[in-house]
Order: sequence, then C-alpha cells, then structure tokens
Amino acid sequence: MSLHARSVAELAAGLAAREFSAVELAQHFLGRISASNGALNAFLTPTPERALADAARADAARAAGQAGPLTGIPLAHKDIFCTDGIRTTCGSRMLENFVSPYDATVVERLQAAGTVLLGKTNMDEFAMGSSNETSYFGVVRNPWDLSKVPGGSSGGSAAAVAARLVPVATGTDTGGSIRQPAALVGISGIKPTYGRVSRYGMIAFASSLDQAGIMAPSAADCALLLGTMAGFDPRDSTSVDAPVPDYVAELKAPLKGVRVGIVKEFFGAGLEAGTGARVEAAAAELKALGASTVEISCPSLPMSVPTYYVVAPAECSSNLSRFDGVRFGHRCREPRDLMDLYCRSRGEGFGAEVKRRIMTGTYVLSAGYYDAYYLKAQKVRSLITAEFRKAFQSVDILLGPTSPTPAFGIGAKVDDPITMYLNDIYTIGANLAGLPAISIPCGFVGELPVGLQLIGPHFGESRLLAAAHAYQSATDFHRRLPAAYA
Amino acid sequence: MSLSRADVEGIARLARLEITDAELPVYVGSLSKILSFVEQLNAADTAAIEPMAHPLEGEVQRLRPDAVTEHDQHAKFQQNAPQVASALYVVPRVIE
Repeated sequence: MSLHARSVAELAAGLAAREFSAVELAQHFLGRISASNGALNAFLTPTPERALADAARADAARAAGQAGPLTGIPLAHKDIFCTDGIRTTCGSRMLENFVSPYDATVVERLQAAGTVLLGKTNMDEFAMGSSNETSYFGVVRNPWDLSKVPGGSSGGSAAAVAARLVPVATGTDTGGSIRQPAALVGISGIKPTYGRVSRYGMIAFASSLDQAGIMAPSAADCALLLGTMAGFDPRDSTSVDAPVPDYVAELKAPLKGVRVGIVKEFFGAGLEAGTGARVEAAAAELKALGASTVEISCPSLPMSVPTYYVVAPAECSSNLSRFDGVRFGHRCREPRDLMDLYCRSRGEGFGAEVKRRIMTGTYVLSAGYYDAYYLKAQKVRSLITAEFRKAFQSVDILLGPTSPTPAFGIGAKVDDPITMYLNDIYTIGANLAGLPAISIPCGFVGELPVGLQLIGPHFGESRLLAAAHAYQSATDFHRRLPAAYA
Repeated sequence: MSLSRADVEGIARLARLEITDAELPVYVGSLSKILSFVEQLNAADTAAIEPMAHPLEGEVQRLRPDAVTEHDQHAKFQQNAPQVASALYVVPRVIE
C-alpha cells in the first residue's frame, strides 16, 4: 500500500518496524504538497526545511531507542495555532506578516512527542466561516470535487488530510469548525470537551466555545493524537485539571449495551434526503453491532444557531479588540491621529465576515441591548445545556448528521450570512454545552462524503472514539480516497 | 429589527472599524437580517433560568499564585511591531 493511503497508526507501525525512515516519510508528503497544493490551496505556509530537520531528529531518536508512538509522524497545524518563528496568519490580512514569538501548548506537546511539522493550513479568517471562503488567502477546494467547498473553518486541514497531503492535522471548533469540514471531505474529526485541550497560543475567537481537536483518517488515529494534546495547562485559565485516559487502550470498549439516542430535532426540515438516509443507515449499523437505539428529544436545540450568533460575536468583538495596529498586525499608512490609526488599521486588516461579527457583537453588548440579547442568549444556552444533561441520564451517546447537506458549491452561499450560518445547525449545540463530539464518514451522496455525528457527555471522549472505531472496523467509508489523490 | 445607516455608523465607531460608503449599505442589510434572525430567542421561556456562566458545571475560573512567571522578551516581541523607537511602540501624537 502506498505510504499516503495508510492510517496514522499504520504509518507509526511502519516507522517502528524501520520499513521507512521519518525523513523518507516527510519527503513523500512534501512531494504531495508540492504537486497538489496549487490546486487545493490547503496549505498557507508549507515548512519543508523544518519538516526535514524534525524528521532527522525523529530518526536519531529512534536510532537511540528513544522513540515514542508519534515519533516521525508528519502533521500540519491549522494557522490559528501560534508556532514559534513561523508565520501565523489566522487566515487574515491583519496577521499576514505575523511571526509568532512562541508556541501554542498544542504545538509544543505534539513537537515534544516527536512529530514532524509539514506546515500551516488555510482557514476561514479568524475561524469565522463554514466554507473556508472568508480566508484572506483564497478559498480551499474540496478534493472530492474542486468546484465545491471543503467546509470551514478548518477547511485547509480537512482538505489536506482528505487528499493525504499530510496524514493528520490539528483543527479548532467553535461552532462546528472541525466536524463540519471533516464531514464534507470524508475524514474523522473530534472536538473534545471544553477545557480538555489547552487553548494557550490558539488565537481566540469565542473563548467560552473554542476548543482544539484533531482531524485524521480514522477515529483510532484521533485517539492516538488526542492523548498527547490533552491535559491540564496552567497557562489556560479554563483548562481542566483531570487525568487523561488512555484513549487508544479504551478504543477496544465493546459497543454492546451502549445506548444511542437519535436526536429527533436533527432530522427535521432542512436535512437533505440523501444525507438523512446515510445517517439513518449508520444508526442501523451501530444497532447491528450491538448498541441499542432510542429516539430522544432536545426541544430547545433549534434555538442553538440564534443563541450562537449572539454569544460568539459578543466574545469575538471583545477578543479581536487586541488588533489595534500598535503592537503587532496590520497598520494603515500615514494615520492622521490615534483614532484614525485604530479605525483604518482594523477596517483594512479585517475582512467582511469578521467585521460583520465584530459589529454584531458590539451591538448586542452595548448599553440598553445587553439584557435583551446577550443575557437572553446565555439563558437559552443554559436551557440547551440542561436538555443535553437530561438526555445523558438515559443514553450514552447522541447521534445525528454533522451537516445538513454534502459539500456545496464555491460561491453558492456567500451572499446570505443566515444561509451560511445554518450549515452549523447540528454542530453548534455541542459547543454551547461544552460537550465532546466527533464526525466520521458514513457514506456518500453521489461522489460527495456524508458525516455522522456522535455527541457524548462531558469527558466522554473515550466512548465516542470507541463507538466510532467499532463502526469503522465494520465499514470502509473512511478508507476511501478521492480518485485524483489515491 | 431594522438598523438605519446612522445605527451602523455608530456601531462601527464603537468597534473602531472604518467602513467605506460603498460597504455601509451591505452591513445595514446583513446586520438587520442577523438581528431579526436572533430575535427568535424571545420565544424561549427563560423566566426561571439562570444565564450560563461556565460550560462545565461547578467549574470556576482558577486563580494563580501572584508570582513572576514571564521574563523580559521585548526585543523578540517588538519584531512584530509596525513602528518602534527606543524599545517603545510608536503611535501618532496623543497629547498636544
């Protein structure tokens, strides 16, 4: 089997068996990036020199008998993670020339585990988007059909893994930004529990919702990387000090006896018929594998999109106030005075969607409107969270589609923000409640992949990964590659 | 909810964003649409509901010991600054 068709676990086994070296592996994927990134635009900053240096170090560690399970595994980081000495743009003109002076905790931990950095991936500007079309550096194309979007905001990581320009990549998920693109390109992507993975050095969008995760060929590969990324970090004030399970060992947990709740509100109007049929077939497969299924209702879930579009813009307007043209980032030419410097630097540095969200957030937090919008949304958020909590008293996992439709055409939804926002109708709930959730491939509509979403209770990552792994051990949707990249 | 041109100009000023005359009508339209969309929250009965303060039940913001953990790296940080003089960030004159 060609190197890039292997899962991360298979690549790790090959490295351990000295079937190939880390340098050979890095060269293989760097070659694929050179050949295909022009068409896909998945990488903003490939880092070939760094990759070869990391790989040589990995090979030396292995020769010295100091290799761990991830030593020599090539990976890419979404360009929202700060990387010391490497340009970190967050998909924005604002940070076009920003070279981070430090590493994010996620970057530091994966590097310490011996991984090999191939580069930084494209994304919606400041992670605000569901199609990767808001990136200042241009759209990313879906490897299954170049006229379609890869989803967003982690669209570059998604397309890069789907086309196997890299075997695994990091992502972040504020309202679905790992799961929705994973679904649209046919890979596996997990958003862990809020607080499970450190947010230190991850450029903030909406701090009560943002969470880092992993995008990979399989759920087992997600488990392999998540254990290294997760864990307490004193530098993130919302990082949770709880032991990290051995996600790989717990993949073996049987599906028999696991209670799966099929969320009624996830199958209403707006769900494309083919997508719904594939997700229902996946539920039937889980049942055939030993799980029990029951319909469950979370009546406030349809409120999750409007709730999110108050809470997330409010937090974004506050977080993005740091970009002022003074200490780092874009500065306008010849400012007349300090006010002009602020307004023009921000007006020029931010794209249309970011400005729209900053203004929405500014409005809902402004005097006289705070109670009507922000406080109200935080109350509905409590309501949604309470319904999830109640659901998990009778089931172990909630099931639904990840996205209402397969990948849509580039340009198809850019003119109407509400239509674009509704792409995240099934994913936002988990962010509002801080729950872990995973998307895995469960079939195709025509040539385009469909994603199955599983949501767990807080810190229930092990069970989600084990259920996804059981499904992937019985199916092969996750092994299919777009023909042009096989 | 329908916003006027003046409303959007006011919001942009509060947010310190320069919006061009050509962009303004686009934002008047899309922000009005978004605010109308989120108004469906009014249909939720939240009379007895507390606003959410933390996604994880019982978690509170952790405090750290008041100890020095950072060392001076201003030269490295200022490599990203648009304008620096004598290790200070330079902005247009603020006090006449």
